[in-house]
Amino acid sequence: MSRERTRILIVDDEEIVRESLSAWLEKDGYTLATAPDGETALERIRGERWSILLVDLKMPGIDGLQVLEQARTLQPEAASVIMTAYATVDTAVEAMKLGAYDYLVKPFDPEELSLMIQKIVAQQALVRENVLLRKVLKREYRFRDLISKSPAMQAVFDLARTAARSSSTILILGESGTGKELLARAVHAESPRSQGPFVAVSCAALTETLLESELFGHEKGAFTGAVARRKGKFEMAQGGTLFLDEIGDISPKLQLDLLRVLEDRRFFRVGGSESVGVDARIIAATNKDLQKAVAEGTFREDLFYRLNVIPVHLPPLRDRIVDLPLLVEHFLEQLGAEMNRHVDEVSSEAMAALMAHSWPGNVRELRNVLERAIVVASGRVIQVADLGLRRPSAEGAGVGPLASLDEVEKHHIAVVLADCGGNISQAARTLGIDRATLYNKMKKYQLRKDGEPEPEEHLTT
Amino acid sequence: MVDVFLWWIGAGVADEDLLTTLRAEVTRVFEVGARCWHGHERPLDSFDARRQQHSSTRILRWLLEARPRHSGKIVGLTDVDLFIPILTFVYGEAQLGGRAAVVSTARLASDNGFRLDRALLRERTMKEAIHEIGHTFGLIHCERRTCVMSRSVNLVQVDAKDHGLCPDCRRRYAELREQGHHEHE
Repeated sequence: MSRERTRILIVDDEEIVRESLSAWLEKDGYTLATAPDGETALERIRGERWSILLVDLKMPGIDGLQVLEQARTLQPEAASVIMTAYATVDTAVEAMKLGAYDYLVKPFDPEELSLMIQKIVAQQALVRENVLLRKVLKREYRFRDLISKSPAMQAVFDLARTAARSSSTILILGESGTGKELLARAVHAESPRSQGPFVAVSCAALTETLLESELFGHEKGAFTGAVARRKGKFEMAQGGTLFLDEIGDISPKLQLDLLRVLEDRRFFRVGGSESVGVDARIIAATNKDLQKAVAEGTFREDLFYRLNVIPVHLPPLRDRIVDLPLLVEHFLEQLGAEMNRHVDEVSSEAMAALMAHSWPGNVRELRNVLERAIVVASGRVIQVADLGLRRPSAEGAGVGPLASLDEVEKHHIAVVLADCGGNISQAARTLGIDRATLYNKMKKYQLRKDGEPEPEEHLTT
Repeated sequence: MVDVFLWWIGAGVADEDLLTTLRAEVTRVFEVGARCWHGHERPLDSFDARRQQHSSTRILRWLLEARPRHSGKIVGLTDVDLFIPILTFVYGEAQLGGRAAVVSTARLASDNGFRLDRALLRERTMKEAIHEIGHTFGLIHCERRTCVMSRSVNLVQVDAKDHGLCPDCRRRYAELREQGHHEHE
């Protein structure tokens, strides 16, 4: 029942108002509490959940507008209604600007009050229903730790689910940060090998020799420092899945070694003479265009075909921007729990900025941006400034690839100044220089505080 | 058995037919005894000169003091316009789970300036009186528009209601009686 769940806090310095209003609303079955001043109200707003705040405008100490302003940050989901003894347009406009649901002029018409409360209760019930439905939908949109409602990603999930049931090699292709390892882990978790190990190797992180030893292991004395026999990743992944990330970066020799393993399903430890059988499902991934690499002769064609049994293309975030609100919600929930700092939502301006960003770093970049925003946000709603995204206008006016150092410096300083809204101290801190140096550079490059160029002086004779 | 005392405390002459019908209706709906009380005292300090209305809260306080000692619950019926400080008017007021209630005919008697016939006025007054008595038995507002316990803030809503409790409110009333909410020391 929505009435039982509706908690109303009445904030008024007049006892008679608090009493008569709470007695009237009590008969509707709502849970009611009262506060005689702004300080007590804020204490109760900090400590408990409220559905509706009925707040008197004029109170000694913290007044109604101040309560409203803080309540917006502390409990954005609560509907605040300002009560005033006299209606002035200015007050009403200010209250609405601060996010008040509405305002009432004392004494209230009972019908007006009743309708307003009913409307708020109905709207909040809809919001709750919406949250529930979204949770159900989110389950539909999920494939383990991956989440998407875009048709392209849904097709990826379907393919991955089907592929998971087989032992065939999968090649995941996609830009950095699109979730290649998450997809590999999801396939493993959905496969009959899910009880076995999932072993991941980043092929680009190691030199050729190290990678060889890392993949195949080595016998005791195989090389200087090999004091004992060591299992490689292929052996460690027995009965499970071996994920070879950045496969496009391996050397020609390792390409050949890998090809042999894939063909024979057997390998030799470094320095070893006995072959070891492979019982691991291989999932390879790369952000490189392997077909191009084959055409250019830098990647073996036969290995490419061995790996490309089930190719899966992960689209970049900019091609599935429809997922952004869903991903934002997911990360706010996940990061909030990890960081023990709860943020409810991003403001509509912040969401617009996120939607407009090009996301070269894909979902990983989005996660990082939100992690930063959660740290710096002052309330429970992330504002556009918390995101630390560069303004599109500043980005658009970038310098060319062959710009001089001076041009790059001028452009960067302009971007930072614009981003800091002309706050010199903040801009200097971001740039890692002192204010005097920044002023000198602004003078040198004829930049204004807001990052825009100083108007040129027109000389007349 | 709880006795509900119905007391005309208005400025005009009491409508005895209304009181008699209401007494029967209270007994039927709440299964309690009901009596008409003919006291001559009237609340004297309830008028608010600034608002030109009577404070229903002050009337409730007065009813509790002036009621006959042997009454269970006391219901004042009046023809003066009632208010509570935060609202422009009320049709009535009651102590939730308490002893006193008051109902006014002032805003039930006219409809867009037209004088109503007595039958409709009695009908509306009975509904509002039963509604307020329901509160004294601990019943809160019902979301069913035809139930007498639904909130009415205009005459359309009053006219849409029946005299009686809906099945849910009847069940709730039985529970409250079992828990002894209608008993007073």
